Amino acid sequence: MSDTHSQLAFVRTEMLAQKEPPVAEKGVVKWVRSNLFSSWSNSILTVVALYLIVQLIMNAGPWFANGIWSTNSLAECREILQGASGGCFSVLSERWNQLLFGIAYPDTQYWRPTLAFVLMLVAASPVLFSKLPRGMLIFTGLYPFLAYWLIWGGTMMTSIIALLGFVAAYLAFRKAERAGFSIGLGAGIIAAVVVWKVLGMFAGELSILPLEEVPSRNMGGFMLNMMLGTICISLSLPIGIALALGRQSHMPIIKGISVVFIEFIRGVPLITLLFVANVVLGYFFPPETNMDLILRVIIMITMFASAYIAEVIRGGLAALPKGQYEAADSLGLDYTQAMRFIILPQALKISIPGIVNVAVGLFKDTTLVSVISMFDLVGMIRGPILASTEWNGVYWELYGFAALLFFITCYGISQYSQWLERQLRTDHR
Amino acid sequence: MTAYSDPPKSSFQLSQLIHDTRYRSYTFQAIALVLLLLGVGYLLSNLLGNLAAAGLNISYDFLGKPAGYDINQTLIDYTNQSSHWRASIVGVLNTLLVAFLGCITATVLGVFAGVGRLSKNWLIAKLMSVYVEAFRNVPVLIWILIISTIVTILPSPRAFKGETPDAEMFLGLFAFTNRGIYAPKPVWLEGSGIVVATFIISVIAVFFYRRYATKLLYATGKMLPTGWPSLAILLVPSILMYFVMGRPIGVDIPELGGFNFQGGMQLQRPLIALWLALSIYTGAFIAENVRAGIQAINRGQTEAAASLGLRSGRIMSLVILPQALRVIIPPVISQYLNLTKNSSLAIAVGYMDVTGTLGGITLNQTGRAIECILMLMMFYLIISLSISAIMNAYNNRVKLKER
Repeated sequence: MSDTHSQLAFVRTEMLAQKEPPVAEKGVVKWVRSNLFSSWSNSILTVVALYLIVQLIMNAGPWFANGIWSTNSLAECREILQGASGGCFSVLSERWNQLLFGIAYPDTQYWRPTLAFVLMLVAASPVLFSKLPRGMLIFTGLYPFLAYWLIWGGTMMTSIIALLGFVAAYLAFRKAERAGFSIGLGAGIIAAVVVWKVLGMFAGELSILPLEEVPSRNMGGFMLNMMLGTICISLSLPIGIALALGRQSHMPIIKGISVVFIEFIRGVPLITLLFVANVVLGYFFPPETNMDLILRVIIMITMFASAYIAEVIRGGLAALPKGQYEAADSLGLDYTQAMRFIILPQALKISIPGIVNVAVGLFKDTTLVSVISMFDLVGMIRGPILASTEWNGVYWELYGFAALLFFITCYGISQYSQWLERQLRTDHR
Repeated sequence: MTAYSDPPKSSFQLSQLIHDTRYRSYTFQAIALVLLLLGVGYLLSNLLGNLAAAGLNISYDFLGKPAGYDINQTLIDYTNQSSHWRASIVGVLNTLLVAFLGCITATVLGVFAGVGRLSKNWLIAKLMSVYVEAFRNVPVLIWILIISTIVTILPSPRAFKGETPDAEMFLGLFAFTNRGIYAPKPVWLEGSGIVVATFIISVIAVFFYRRYATKLLYATGKMLPTGWPSLAILLVPSILMYFVMGRPIGVDIPELGGFNFQGGMQLQRPLIALWLALSIYTGAFIAENVRAGIQAINRGQTEAAASLGLRSGRIMSLVILPQALRVIIPPVISQYLNLTKNSSLAIAVGYMDVTGTLGGITLNQTGRAIECILMLMMFYLIISLSISAIMNAYNNRVKLKER
C-alpha cells in the first residue's frame, strides 16, 4: 500500500491555508443580506422601515436638540425658538417637584418621600434578590411602619403601636399554633386588637420624633402612583392567595363567596370601582368614620388587584400535578401544613410571571385616579400644569415625560421577572 | 399479643366540630357565613341609615326625566329633551361602537405586529418589539391623551377653504380635520333593498360553492378553483342588479359649507382618538398572544406537513393555523374584554360612552350615585359574562379530544 503515492500523478501532502470566505458570505454584507434583504418582499419592508425611521429622526432630532430647559413659560420658549422646532422642556425643570410630589406637599419636607422611596428599594431588595443576607428581611418588616411615619408625618407613636400590635399577634400565633392553624390565627388577631386598644389609650401622652403632619389630600404626583401601586399590590397578595384557596376549596359556601367576589370584580372596569370609592363607599360606613379619599381608593384598588391575583394563583394551583396534593396527604399533613409547606411554595413559584404582570398592570392603572380628580402624575399634568397660563399647550413634553417614567418602571419590573424566572428554573434544560 | 382499641363511639361530640375533618368544614362554613351576613348587614344598615339621614331613597324615577344635555356622537336619535334612559342607551351603543371598531383594528395590528416580531427581517422584528414594549409598559390613559393630542394637530375645517386651500380632501372623499373625520355616506334610494338582497344571496352562494368544492375534493380528489369563482359569484350579480335597478345607491360626499363640513358621515375627534388609542394599545397585547401561539407550535409540524408535499400556504392554513388558533384565541378574547372595559376611559377625551352619560353627567345632574353606578356595573358585568360564556363555549369546542 505504500506505493500508492508513486502510482498517482499528484498527491497533496501539506494542508492548504484556509481561504477567506466570499465577500457576500461574511461580515456585515452577509448579515445585511440575510437579515435585511433576504427576499424582495423583505427588501421592500426594510426600505419602508428605514424611511420611517429616518423621517422620525429628522423630525424628533432637532426637537430634542433645540430643547430649552430654563425658561419660565411657554411664551418665553417660543420667543427663543423663533418658530424653529424645539421642545420646551423647561416645564419639567420648573414643575419638577410638582410632577413628583403633587401641588400641596410642603416644600421643606420633600426629603421625606424621597427617603421613603430610597428605603423602599432597600426594603424590597432582600425580597427580590434571594442572595442578599436574610437578616435584611427584618428591615423589610419594619419598613411599612417607617414609611407611614415618613410620608404622613405626625408622631412616631402611631407606627410603633401598630408595629407592637403585629409583634404581639405574631408571638400569640406562635404560642397557639400547636393547637391548630386557625386557633393560632384567632389568638393572633385577639392579641393584636388588645395591644392596639390598650396602647391606643396612651398614644396621645407621648410624642416621639414628631414630623410635620401632611394630610392625605396633599399627596400627589408620581409619588401618589408609587404609593398606590406599592400599597395595593402588597395588600392584595395575601387576600389574593386566600381567595384562590377559597375558590379551590371543597366547601360550597366558601367557594361560592370567592367565585362571586372574583367574577364580579373582574367583570367591571376599574373606573367604576373608583367611582364607587369616590361617591358611594362613604354611604356604607357610619357617618362619624371620616375616611379620606385616598383610603377609599386604596380599599377599592386592593379589591380589584386581589381578584386578578387570585386568578393567577389559581392557575398556579391548578398547574401543580395531583401527586403533590396526594403526597402531602400521605405524609399525614393537615390542610394548612400541606398548603404552607408543599403546595403554595410551588404554586407561587409558577405564578410569579403572572403576579408580576398583574402588578405592572395595576401600577399603570393607578393613573386612572386622575379621572376622579386626584392629582397623581397624569392628574397633575392635566390639571394644575396644563391649566396654568405659563404652560398651557405643552403637551408633548409632559405626556412624553409621564410615559417615560412609567416605561422605565414597568419595563424594569418585567425584565426583573424574566430574570427571576430563569433563576427559579430548577429543571435541567 | 393482641390489642384491641375501642371501636369509635358513634355518638357525636361537640369537639368533633373542630377536630374531626368530617365536621370541621361545616364549622368553618358556618363561621364564614355568619361573618359574611354580619358584614353585609352592617354595611346595609349603615347605607339605609345614611340615606335616611340625608333624606334620600333608592329610586329609578330619574330615568324617565329629560336629560337636558347634548351628546355629540349618537347612533340613534337623541336630543337634550330625551330621557336619561335614552341617554344611557346612547352611551351603551357608543361603548359598543368603539369596542367593536377597536377590536377589529386591534386584531389586524396585533396579527401584523406578532408575525412581524418573528420575521426574519431584523429591522422589522426590532421595530415591532419596540412597538410592543412601548405600548405594554405605558398606561393606556397616557396613550389616549397623547393620541388625542396628535389628532388635534390635523388641520381645522377652515384650512380647506379658499382658492388655494392649505389642506385637501383625501381622494376628494375623506376630510381629516381636527374636529373629526368626514367620510362619504351611502344613500339608500328606492330599489336598493333588492341590490342588498342580491348581495346577501351571493354571499350564501359563495358559502355553498366552497362547501361543494371541499366535498368534491374529499370524495374524488378533484380540486376546483375557489379564488376567482368566489369573487365572481360575490360581485357580478350585485353589480348587474345595481345597474338593472337604475343605480339606487348613491353617495353623500361631505362638502365644505360655512365653517364646517356638511353631509356625509362624521366621526368626531374623541371617538377617533379613543378608537386609535385603544386599538394600538390592545394591538400590542394581541401581538404578544399571537407570537406565543405561533411559537407554541412544534417545528416538526411544519416539517411533517412539508414532507407530505403540502405547499407553504396550505401548511399555514391546514396545519399550523388550526393548532395555533387554539392557543391564540382565548387570550385574544380576554384582550377584547379588556378593550371594552378600557373604553370606559372615554371620559378622559370627552367621548360620551356609557360611563360618560350614565356614570358621568346623569350621575352628577341627578345625584343618584348608587343607582347609576349599580346600573353601570351591571352593564359591564353582562358584557363580561357573555364574552366569557362565548370563550368557554369556544374552548370546549376546540379542546383536544383525549381518549
